[in-house]
Amino acid sequence: MTQADLPLASAVRDPDARIASPLRKRRAPGMVENTPLLNILTHLILLSGMIILLFPMYLVFNAATLSLQEVNAQPAHLLPGDQFWNNIREAWVTRDFGQKFLNSLIVALGVVTGKIFIACITAFGLVFFDHRLRMPIFWAVFITLMLPLEVRIVPTYAVAANALQPFQTILDWTGISWLIRTVSGIEVALEWNMLNSYTGLIVPLIATATGTFLYRQFFLTIPDELVEAAKMDGAGPLRFLAEILVPLSRTNIAALATIMFVYSWNQYLWPLLIITDPSYSVVAVELGKLVPDTNTTGGAIPNWHIAMAGTLIVTVPPVIVVIFMQRWFVRGLINTDK
Amino acid sequence: MAKIDIRQVRKSYGKDEVISGVDLTVNNGEFVVILGPSGCGKSTLLRMIAGLEDISGGEISIGGTVVNDLEPRQRGCAMVFQNYALYPHMTVAENIGYALKVAGMKKPERLEKVRTVAKSVGLEEFMDRKPGQLSGGQRQRVAMARAIIREPAVFLFDEPLSNLDAKLRVQMRHEIRRIHNRIKATSVFVTHDQHEGMTLADRMVIMNKGTIDQVGTPEEVYNRPATVYVAGFIGSPAMNFLSGQISAEQSAIVLADDSRVEIASEHARAHPGALVQLGLRPEDLTLCAPGSGHLSGTFDFYEELGSAGLYHLMIEDVPFSVLSSAKPRFAHGDPIGVLVDTSRVHVFAAKDGRRIDTEARIPQQMEPAE
Repeated sequence: MTQADLPLASAVRDPDARIASPLRKRRAPGMVENTPLLNILTHLILLSGMIILLFPMYLVFNAATLSLQEVNAQPAHLLPGDQFWNNIREAWVTRDFGQKFLNSLIVALGVVTGKIFIACITAFGLVFFDHRLRMPIFWAVFITLMLPLEVRIVPTYAVAANALQPFQTILDWTGISWLIRTVSGIEVALEWNMLNSYTGLIVPLIATATGTFLYRQFFLTIPDELVEAAKMDGAGPLRFLAEILVPLSRTNIAALATIMFVYSWNQYLWPLLIITDPSYSVVAVELGKLVPDTNTTGGAIPNWHIAMAGTLIVTVPPVIVVIFMQRWFVRGLINTDK
Repeated sequence: MAKIDIRQVRKSYGKDEVISGVDLTVNNGEFVVILGPSGCGKSTLLRMIAGLEDISGGEISIGGTVVNDLEPRQRGCAMVFQNYALYPHMTVAENIGYALKVAGMKKPERLEKVRTVAKSVGLEEFMDRKPGQLSGGQRQRVAMARAIIREPAVFLFDEPLSNLDAKLRVQMRHEIRRIHNRIKATSVFVTHDQHEGMTLADRMVIMNKGTIDQVGTPEEVYNRPATVYVAGFIGSPAMNFLSGQISAEQSAIVLADDSRVEIASEHARAHPGALVQLGLRPEDLTLCAPGSGHLSGTFDFYEELGSAGLYHLMIEDVPFSVLSSAKPRFAHGDPIGVLVDTSRVHVFAAKDGRRIDTEARIPQQMEPAE
C-alpha cells in the first residue's frame, strides 16, 4: 500500500506538476529530434510567424503615438513618436468612450452569461433526457451553426422591433384575434419593442449553437455511472446539474466565456442596426466612427493617429480577458481536466 | 434490512429480450451473488432492482413494497459501481457525505457521520483528497463508504472489484465480506468472476442468456450443477464433457469409443438409451497406465499450477484435462489411461442440458466421499 502511495504523495506536494503533466505527455518521444540545425530552423519559422502576427499590431501602436503630420508623412514613420497619451485622450473624449465602455461591458457580460446558461441547459436537456425530439432538436440547433446573425439579420430585426410579432401572426392566422375582436371588441395588438435597449443588444445574441455543441460534447464524456451514482444518492436533475455538472464544466465555462466575450465585444453590425440613441452605443460602433472618411474629416487630412489610439483602447478588455482566462481556456478546449 | 422479491421480471429493448421471466428471492441480510458471463443480463437485473432501468414486465418488491414505479432514491438501495463513479470535483469527505447532504442533514451531524464511516473503511487520512489523487483500492473504499453511510436496506454491487489488480481484489473481497458480517444488510453482488462468487456468496445465482439456470449455495452449485452450462461455468479448471449414451442395462454410460463409465444414480437408470453429456471435473480423475482405468486418450500438453499439474489429453478428438498432484512426465502423443471417481460423475441430458441424476445424489453431496 505504501509503495503505491509514493507517486501520489509527490503529486500532492507539487500540484502544478499534476496539472502540467497531460500537456507534457502530449509530446510523443518520437517527435523530439535532437538535431541543432532543425532546432534553429524551427525557431526561425516560429519567429517569422510571430513577426507576421505582431507587425500589424506594432503599426497600430506606432500610428497611435504620432501626430497628425507624422502619421500622414511619406515615407511612413516606423519609430514611435511622443503623442501617445494625447491621442488616447483625444480618442476617449471624442467618442465618449467612458459610457460606451460601460455599455459594451454590460452587453458582453449579458451575452456571455446568457449564452452559457442557454448552452448549458440546452445541452443538459439534449444529453441527459431520453426523449423522441432529442435528435431533431439537436440537429435544428446544429444547423443554425451555419446561420450567423448576418444571414438572418432582417427577420431578427423584425423580431427585435416587436418581439411579440410572431405570436401576433399566429393569432391573426388562426383567426383568434378576429374572434377576440368580434367577441369582446378588443383589438389584439401585441408589441414589445427592443430597439435602443440593452435587452435588444443582448437577447438576440444569446442563442448559441457553438456553445450548445461544446457543452453537449462535454456532457457526453460524463460517464453514465456518475449520473447513476447521483440518482442513487437522491439528487434530482437540477441538483445534479448545479452540484455535479456545473462544477465539472468549470473549464468549459471559462473557454466558452472567453470566446463569447471577445465575440460580443466585437459585435458591430447588430448594434449599428438597432441602436440609434448614442447613449446605448457600444465601443465597436464608436470605433467605426473614428475611422477617417469624408464625413468625419470633412475632406481634411485623415486623422489615423486618433483611430489607432481608439483601436488600442478598444482592444484592451478582450486582451485582458484572454490573458487571465488562457490557462482555463486551453484546458477547457482540450478536455484534460478529468 | 429488507427482503427482495423478484417475480417474473422481464426486460426488453425493443424486440430484444435480455431478461426473460426471472424469479428470485433474496432474504433479509443475505449475501447473494449473481454470476454469469458478460451479456447474460446480470447487470441489467441489478440495475432494475436499483431503479436505474425500467422494468418491462413482472414485479420487484423490496421489504414488501412494490418498487416498480419508485425512483431510485425512494427504494432504499445503495450501489457500488464498477468504475467507482466518484464525483471528481469533490473531496473524499464530500463524496461520502453527498447523499446525506442531498437528504438535508445538518453539516455538523453529517461531518461526524462521515468521519465515523471513513474510519471504518480506513480512509480517515485521505478526507481532503480528490478521487484523482487516490489509488484504485482507496477509490473503491470511498465508493463503499458512500454506500455504507446511507445505512441502506439493500446493498447493490455492480462488478465492483473488476478494475483492481489480482491481489487487491482478494483483499477487497475479504473486506466486503467483513463489512457485510458487521452491518448485515441484504446484498446483491454481480460479478463474472467465479472465485468472487464462491467466496462471497451465501447463495449464488447463475444466469445464462437472460434466465436463471441455478440458485444455490456455492457448495451446491459446485457439487450439483443443474445444467451443462452451470457445470462448465463453475469450477476451475473447467469441467470435461464427453458425449455418451446410457447403456441398455442402465448401469453405465457408453462413450463414442465404447469405453464405459459406471453410474450409481438410480434416476439416470430410468433413461435407458438416452443420449447424455457426461461431466467430469479434472480433480475427480486420476491418471493411470494405458488400457487400465475407464477412459483412454493421448497426452497433449502439460500446465504447471504449482501445487498440482494439469494434464491436457485428447480423447477421441475431444480436449480433456486431468488434475494430478503426482506429476508424471509424458511426451506428446503418449497413450494414457484415466480412472474416474464414479461417485462424482455428473450426467446431463443431451437434448436440454439439464442434470439427470439430481435427486439421487443429494445425500452424498453434503459430505463428499473419501
